[in-house]
Amino acid sequence: MNKNIKFIIIILFSLFVFFVFYKGLEKPKNYLPEKNLNKIETSLVFKNLNDQKEILLGDLITNNSFSIINIWASWCLPCRDEHAYLLKLRNINKIDIIGINYKDKKSNAIEFLSDLGNPYHEVLVDLDGTKSIELGAIGVPETYLINNKILVKKYIGPLDDAKFKEIINLIKNEKN
Amino acid sequence: MKKIKLILYIFSFTLFFLNNLNAANSQQVDKISKNLRCLICQGQSVYDSQSDFALSMKILINKKINEGKNEKEIYDFLKNKYGEWIVYEPEISQNTILLWVIPLILFIFGGILIVRKVSIK
Repeated sequence: MNKNIKFIIIILFSLFVFFVFYKGLEKPKNYLPEKNLNKIETSLVFKNLNDQKEILLGDLITNNSFSIINIWASWCLPCRDEHAYLLKLRNINKIDIIGINYKDKKSNAIEFLSDLGNPYHEVLVDLDGTKSIELGAIGVPETYLINNKILVKKYIGPLDDAKFKEIINLIKNEKN
Repeated sequence: MKKIKLILYIFSFTLFFLNNLNAANSQQVDKISKNLRCLICQGQSVYDSQSDFALSMKILINKKINEGKNEKEIYDFLKNKYGEWIVYEPEISQNTILLWVIPLILFIFGGILIVRKVSIK
């Protein structure tokens, strides 16, 4: 009798452990920063890529309209892939895009832009990566859609067709 | 000869002093970054990681310490940006109370088991 109970307890415990791991390991556990952190740090001061002039981020983000912040680097391959989407957003949809050049050499950054085209309204420099952290970024590329100084949507990783369409829809819906 | 000795002495002393000042800061950076999760290379701490994110984070922590921020203020600043998840040691709240209490309960339970076994013998 006693032996039976022990046996059952061991079986139940093993089943329990099995299911905990089965459930736990099933889905990817990569954490992304919480979505409700929708404040954008407007008090950051950046240097401009071309003339090293100091610019307040809050001055570049216009009230009552959409703007985009895009963090990029010339050494970042996915940034090359998403560049066409940024050009489209700038040329066809007339959105102000603020570029933040992340841990890059000035000459490489300028070459990158002259090769692929410059979608940016203003290019700011983040040499040691600390300002991107103050913005809440974890790497390159990252794109923030901002409306009325509030972060609407944050895209970690390169833009693609789906994300591009989503941005266009978000802007359309707001305007209607 | 005496002059040279004196100069050498002063030189090494200032070097030692400056080094010590720096070390105090970097010890703090180490301590804080050991408790931060690297978001790029999950499973590593910011202290262990050599990713761009972690390197920048260490520079930022150093800056914040120089600005006079203490450990808690830096954690709060980062939690504000990235959420509670970035720190390894979660604060006690409704969501995390079980996390803190279960080990304690297990510990006491184990203690009771041991005491009972010993007293039976």
